[in-house]
Amino acid sequence: MEQFLHELWIARWPLAQGLLLTVEISVASITCGTIIGLFGGIGLTYGKWFLRWPIRVLVDCIRGIPVLVLILASFYLLTFAGINLTAIESGLLALSIFCGAHMGEIIRGALQSIPPGQIDAARAIGLTFPRILAYVLLPQAMRQIMPVWINTGAELVKASTLLSVIGTGELLFRTQEIIGRNFMTLEFYGLCGILYFLVNSMIERFGKFAGQRFALQ
Amino acid sequence: MAYSFRFGVIEANLDNFLQGLLLGLALAFAAILIGTLIGLLCAFATTAKSRAPSRLVGIYVSAIRNTPLLVIVLFVYFALPQLGIRLGKLESFIFSLAIYSGAYLTEVFRAGLAGVPKGVVDAGRAIGLNGLQRALYVIMPIMWRNCLPALGTTFISLFKDTSLAAVIAVPELTYQARKLNTETFRVAEAWATASLLYLSTCLLIAAGLRQLERRFPKF
Amino acid sequence: MTLLSIRGLTKRFGAAEVLKGVDLEVNKGEVVSIIGASGSGKTTLLRCVNLLEDFDGGEIVLDDVAIGYVKRNGTRRRLGERELARQRAMTGMVFQSFNLFPHLTALGNVMLGLLKVRHMAKAEAKTLAMNWLSRVGLSDRAMHLPSQLSGGQQQRVAIARALAMDPKLVLLDEITSALDPELVGEVLDTIKSLAKEGTTMLIVTHEMRFARDVAHRTIFMDGGLIAEQGPSAKLFRNPGNARLKEFLKRANI
Repeated sequence: MEQFLHELWIARWPLAQGLLLTVEISVASITCGTIIGLFGGIGLTYGKWFLRWPIRVLVDCIRGIPVLVLILASFYLLTFAGINLTAIESGLLALSIFCGAHMGEIIRGALQSIPPGQIDAARAIGLTFPRILAYVLLPQAMRQIMPVWINTGAELVKASTLLSVIGTGELLFRTQEIIGRNFMTLEFYGLCGILYFLVNSMIERFGKFAGQRFALQ
Repeated sequence: MAYSFRFGVIEANLDNFLQGLLLGLALAFAAILIGTLIGLLCAFATTAKSRAPSRLVGIYVSAIRNTPLLVIVLFVYFALPQLGIRLGKLESFIFSLAIYSGAYLTEVFRAGLAGVPKGVVDAGRAIGLNGLQRALYVIMPIMWRNCLPALGTTFISLFKDTSLAAVIAVPELTYQARKLNTETFRVAEAWATASLLYLSTCLLIAAGLRQLERRFPKF
Repeated sequence: MTLLSIRGLTKRFGAAEVLKGVDLEVNKGEVVSIIGASGSGKTTLLRCVNLLEDFDGGEIVLDDVAIGYVKRNGTRRRLGERELARQRAMTGMVFQSFNLFPHLTALGNVMLGLLKVRHMAKAEAKTLAMNWLSRVGLSDRAMHLPSQLSGGQQQRVAIARALAMDPKLVLLDEITSALDPELVGEVLDTIKSLAKEGTTMLIVTHEMRFARDVAHRTIFMDGGLIAEQGPSAKLFRNPGNARLKEFLKRANI
């Protein structure tokens, strides 16, 4: 125990940095992913067939490929194609695309569940479609998906561990580095798991709170 | 730099890829089998009158749900031997994926149980079925049907999760792709093939599921 | 000869006392209907007799056996699941919402108890089940799933399911309440024919006309107690109890 505390003290900054990077990656990828998902979801719901179909195919493809494969493919392919991105950047790209596809599907579901009478009512008072979207449809859809959206945040925290495979210095990678030095596998993998658990539990709590707070009714 | 796609590379390594794919499917299958047992046990435990099993199951589910699978996999493979639990690569990965899926399946089965109408269980009681008989002949059949779609999606996502086995050098599909990538630098071929195989397998399973759901219509 | 004898039955849900000491005797071959406003405890009484609810005081004696509880050294203990299941099989129950097993065909619904509780051979169970299905007029629907049957048909399958177990007593809990009006007749006709054959039945119902025509005796429950009882014809013709008068006036028969 004493030795563990000693090692922990040595490792405190790398661990903190790793945790910070994990959070940063998660926040960045959920932000990009949500923006992608918004366009995707709107296209899937209201787009004409020539817009809807390609998005559909793209979304289904991305959802059918493991995140780790997306990450490795984006890491190796981009470098090979001469696009110079750092490991973090290519990882972020993969996570954003992954998140975007899922959000697109979630947002489509939410938009489709809004009764068509809402659009009729908005048209009746003379709103144009972009305005209907901005003032009537999206506010309802976003409220509805709030709990799922926050849950996606926890999913991304978990998925960000996969970036350790391409050498991004997030929490898991830092943990592995530390273990490589002191060989305390049990203690530090355990600690790492607990840290992830704590972060995700917080997100989960917040999601429950937000779910009640934003519920329509 | 001009890159020309060489199908020959894929052809030469197709065997490896297909074996990797099958290994992934086998891993997912083994995991969901054990996971289903864990899930059923936990879900039925929460229906017990006493609160203790419910709380234990709750702790297990939230612990697993909030921990990344990769951390679980690494912990089981690298850290458990320190406690004297030494498993082979395959066994260790199956074990990880099984306890991981067990948590998700617990929730699936719980929802499925909640969807069994109380009156129908009463009817089973009324004709004199005992607890075990009610579970076997009334509750479970209805629960399975309720859970069928979620079981299917769980299997698909477990299959995709088997890609993580590459990290501990289990020679499944992702491992094969990475190997081809680093050995021959046929980057595009390697990842395109792997992606395509994952994708088509997922689509195939999903299509099979839709058939299955049609064969067993909702009550 | 007394088949069912309920003595001082009390039952509470939390703070609410639903049954406040009910005494009731039912003779073999007798049809007794229970009427009363919702919340008067009719359904709870029925569920207690079928041991679907535990009860707090009093006793239920079916065919000379006190059911549901044992008294040992002065303390009262609920019987184990196995024994409860055995005793439940002595009574049959038909529910308001049919409660057919959705994954089994009409035939399968009737057969399940025969196979698993009565431990009949498959062929024997099937013959008996088909026999009952034809008695409720559904032999041509034997292989249909509940979802493929109308409400009236589902309820008749439920009746066959209960009767096939050869219960000593049949409990009917508002069995026509969930049915469309045009389907009520077929179910009531089935019950009438059972009554003619001498089946002992305890019927909770909202169909006053049915209670009057089929039941030998009618019980009026009010506030967890039996407020009045008597031969159906008499009770409906000149009710004594003021609450019963009011109730019958609103029921409008």
